[in-house]
Amino acid sequence: MDLSRRDLFKIGGKLLVLASAGATLEEIIGAAPPSQAYRMADHWWGMIIDIDKCIGCGNCVRACSQENHVPAGYFRTWVERYQVEEGKQPQVDSPNGAMDGFPPSKREDLKSFFVPKLCNQCASSPCVQVCPVGATFVSPDGVVLVDETYCLGCRYCIQACPYGCRYLHPEKHTVDKCTLCYHRITKGLTTACCESCPTGARQLVDFKNPKDPVHEFLRNNKVEVLKPYMATQAKVYYKDLDGAVR
Amino acid sequence: MIPGVDGFIYPNEVELQWGLLIVLYPYITGLVAGAFILASLERVFKVQAVRPTYRLALLTALAFLLVAPLPLQLHLGHPERSLEMYFTPHRSSAMAMFGFVYLWYLMVVLLLEIWLEYRADIVHLARTTAGWRRLVYKLLTLGSENVSPEARQIDDKMSYVVTVIGIPSAFLLHGYVGFIFGSIKANPWWSTPLMPIVFLFSAMVSGIAAVLVLYMAFMKVEKMPIDMSCLDTIAKYLFYTFVIDFSLEMLDLLHRTYEADESFHSLDFMVHTRLWGSQVILQICVGTLLPLAILAANQLWRFSELRRKAMYLVASLLTMVGIFAMRWNVVIGGQLFSKSFLGYTTYKVEFAAREGLLSAIGLMALPFIIVVVLVKLLPPWAEGKASEV
Amino acid sequence: MGRLFQNAGHLIRPALVLLAGFGVFLVIRAVVVPKDFGEYGHYRAGALDMISARPISYAGHSQCVLCHDQEAKVHGGGKHANVACEACHGPLAKHTDDPTANVPKLPDVANLCRRCHEKDAAKPKGFPQVDTVAHSQGMLCNNCHQPHNPQL
Repeated sequence: MDLSRRDLFKIGGKLLVLASAGATLEEIIGAAPPSQAYRMADHWWGMIIDIDKCIGCGNCVRACSQENHVPAGYFRTWVERYQVEEGKQPQVDSPNGAMDGFPPSKREDLKSFFVPKLCNQCASSPCVQVCPVGATFVSPDGVVLVDETYCLGCRYCIQACPYGCRYLHPEKHTVDKCTLCYHRITKGLTTACCESCPTGARQLVDFKNPKDPVHEFLRNNKVEVLKPYMATQAKVYYKDLDGAVR
Repeated sequence: MIPGVDGFIYPNEVELQWGLLIVLYPYITGLVAGAFILASLERVFKVQAVRPTYRLALLTALAFLLVAPLPLQLHLGHPERSLEMYFTPHRSSAMAMFGFVYLWYLMVVLLLEIWLEYRADIVHLARTTAGWRRLVYKLLTLGSENVSPEARQIDDKMSYVVTVIGIPSAFLLHGYVGFIFGSIKANPWWSTPLMPIVFLFSAMVSGIAAVLVLYMAFMKVEKMPIDMSCLDTIAKYLFYTFVIDFSLEMLDLLHRTYEADESFHSLDFMVHTRLWGSQVILQICVGTLLPLAILAANQLWRFSELRRKAMYLVASLLTMVGIFAMRWNVVIGGQLFSKSFLGYTTYKVEFAAREGLLSAIGLMALPFIIVVVLVKLLPPWAEGKASEV
Repeated sequence: MGRLFQNAGHLIRPALVLLAGFGVFLVIRAVVVPKDFGEYGHYRAGALDMISARPISYAGHSQCVLCHDQEAKVHGGGKHANVACEACHGPLAKHTDDPTANVPKLPDVANLCRRCHEKDAAKPKGFPQVDTVAHSQGMLCNNCHQPHNPQL
């Protein structure tokens, strides 16, 4: 096709007009301003749990199960009840993960409390380390996730997790676990478990947000992560965690 | 109350993740490594006495190697995605190296060594058979019919090189499985630097025992005389390797008991209850101490040929059972106790399921069938003579 | 030298087989590996979008107050101010999507309140808890207590 220089200028000019018209139109109608879109680099997620506030109601377990369609008998989060008698191993139970709360504590004379548990979203995660193909990973915003289209179902990560928070999905045959409600937190919502906790025992935190209450929380309270000697750099911090907790 | 659970376990720990088939996998690769090490005794370490079993050991290793990936495939939630390990291996995962170590060992070590060893026979068979058999042998020659003495000399030299490379490759093929378990800090039953070494030595023990049994079996079937100096030498190496293996396992036990760390109480209880039969009775007493005693007796006293054959056979069979029990105790034992150290679960072996007993029996029988086929295809012995052509 | 080559020539063949195999592997790999793999780390970047796009069941209490501002006012002034709406009313994202089509059932008061407030040794001492049977004398909790603002 033979184009003269004149033709080229004509076509170019038309294109330019059209492009600028389109851009103006977009501004008038309102394309999503880039500053409101979620940027992973701005966040580093974790959770804080206040043991002294947990009442063992099991709301979190039920909410998580419904929000994330967790199969029955498997748990992305659960609550444990500890009854500690001096000089003995603690009595621990978690009936159906506390999905229906707890039956009454039989003894009133023991030190007893509830401990909610979930994936600790480890920054130095041993489960991610062992995945042979890269199906599980730490996202740039600090959440440990599983790509269910890539997971082989070898279950090495389940073996490597010190906290028992992973399971094999019985229908998908891939590994599943708490995603810190990634589909919610990337939209400005909080996790289902934190949303439904009536006492505020569980709170989602963002370490990269300078205004987040986590910074004051960590500075003013005695906090601990589960199994600190595993050096997994867990990002779920417990306030007033008793030494009996496994 | 969950059936099979005692005490407290994390809610997701009720089901075992790695079952019977994952017990079988290291057992099979162990047999591969062990058989190959026996073969290398002759080629690299010049132990001439075991020459009669050289070819059989190679074929045994190949038969088991071909079956090795099958238990893994049956175990995976998505076996169709297993090639992802080749395409996007995660370099921090010991498991990711499986595909590459396996292929390397299969192609560059085992198949190459078998080809080099059998080349003259293959060419001869290509010339003297007919029909589809001729086609198979022609394919196996890879197009070269050069079997001149100079070429054969070069084959020998290459074979030596391949075996030298093959020994660390065999160590890697099986040792990495030990590392898969040994590097899991979350599991105190598995986590020890000794694990790859213990796995390796128990692999050598089971492999040597397997070749001994197969050698005796084939000689019986082919109605050929057993070379007793060969058998005595194999039994001797079996004994020494077993002593090292047992010492390593006892060292681990001693260390654990002495240090008595946080996990000890829970693990000790587990051994005394759920693992009593498989660990103390089967693995240690029947599968280790008894064969060691039989083999030791043969180092101290001289028995008649018939008695020696019987003793070696019994000792080898017991050994193979004992090493299987060891794999069971490591894999299953590591999952019976809770990581909270407050409870235990149970493993129920299913029968006809994908990862059940039936599959396991089938997978264990398959290599023996394959070795019979291989022996027919590539006869290790020429016309009634136990040594090579 | 020529003699050596003639006698070692057969070794080229297995080498060629291996090389060919390797070539096939590289081709398949180039085709099969997802294009976005490795963008952020050793994983498929598309997984992040896939997981973020999952549907929501709990709307979040900030959504409820947009319509139910009266209840929110009552709720905000009482002891249950920090208890989210869906903690008692269950997941309501379907309701916020289409309020008239998806009308939620009212909570089962007989069992709901006692799940939190039944006296138990393991609950924190300062938390309001009673022996509900003795306390209620058979009546439902909302006979006396307004659930949104329960203090009497």
